[in-house]
Amino acid sequence: MQLTFEDFPPGPFGSFGPRHVTREEIVAFAAEYDPQPMHLDEEAASKTMLRGLSGSGWHLASVMMRMMFDGFIGRAASLGSPGVNELRWLAPLRPGDDVMLDVEVTEARLSKSRPDTGIVTFKAVARNAAGETLCEMVSPILIGRRDGAGAG
Amino acid sequence: MRFFEDMQVGDRREVGSFTFTADEIKRFARQYDPQRFHLSEEEGRNSLFGGLAASGWHVASACMRLMVLDTQRLDREAVERGEKVGVGGPSPGFRDLRWLKPVLAGDTITFAFEIEQARTSDSRPEWGIVHFRNFGTNQRGELVFSFLATGFVPRRGAGG
Repeated sequence: MQLTFEDFPPGPFGSFGPRHVTREEIVAFAAEYDPQPMHLDEEAASKTMLRGLSGSGWHLASVMMRMMFDGFIGRAASLGSPGVNELRWLAPLRPGDDVMLDVEVTEARLSKSRPDTGIVTFKAVARNAAGETLCEMVSPILIGRRDGAGAG
Repeated sequence: MRFFEDMQVGDRREVGSFTFTADEIKRFARQYDPQRFHLSEEEGRNSLFGGLAASGWHVASACMRLMVLDTQRLDREAVERGEKVGVGGPSPGFRDLRWLKPVLAGDTITFAFEIEQARTSDSRPEWGIVHFRNFGTNQRGELVFSFLATGFVPRRGAGG
């Protein structure tokens, strides 16, 4: 059954993953979207502040998006997102990491301009297998209401 | 990259343009954001976006690509002039990211940044902390994307 606004009350929502991230995926994303040496080449990466090959922060954010899609957005009445309130990169994504994502609803309210739509704000925290926090993101998503005329 | 001492609040620079083809929109979406309005023209037309729309993360990633390539181009030019270039640190994050208008198949987005705040780091005096407001504007001159990024910028003479 499709998830609607009513299925997202404030509070803990769920944990998703693990999502395995390979070296090949890290390098392929970086080559296309963030071609800095620390994301492309072990030798060059060893000399940077992050001391070793790491994934682009935008790659990690995109992986988090995919994990949210697989976890719940793919079966929710999602209408898209207006943005990201805040995103913090706290530790590097490394080749071979198994990423887990903890998701919490921080706010759920109805849209003033679109009464058939709710605005659900999620906080998503990505961790590696050692439990180290890699990234925190707070972002609203527009989600249709169960009885909304425009839902679906 | 340029040194902290060479950056001033209010500095603005255009870094380049990126055209979002239908194929690339779908390829990114299949891997990272397979919502239906990012995968199908018809689903896009029936959505709030009004057409096949790029994932917001695709827009942000394209912006990053152009920012990185612009910095690398400026670095090469500076090295050719015999100047010293700095190496930037990792970004701690961003805030106020807004997907203001849909980026649809065929749209060309021009990205730019403006320096909004610049200060030295108390805990790491060899670094400056700079807030960059990044913008994306489409071929009709409409602002479609913006965010406020934080970056560590090397200080001149700090040994970097």
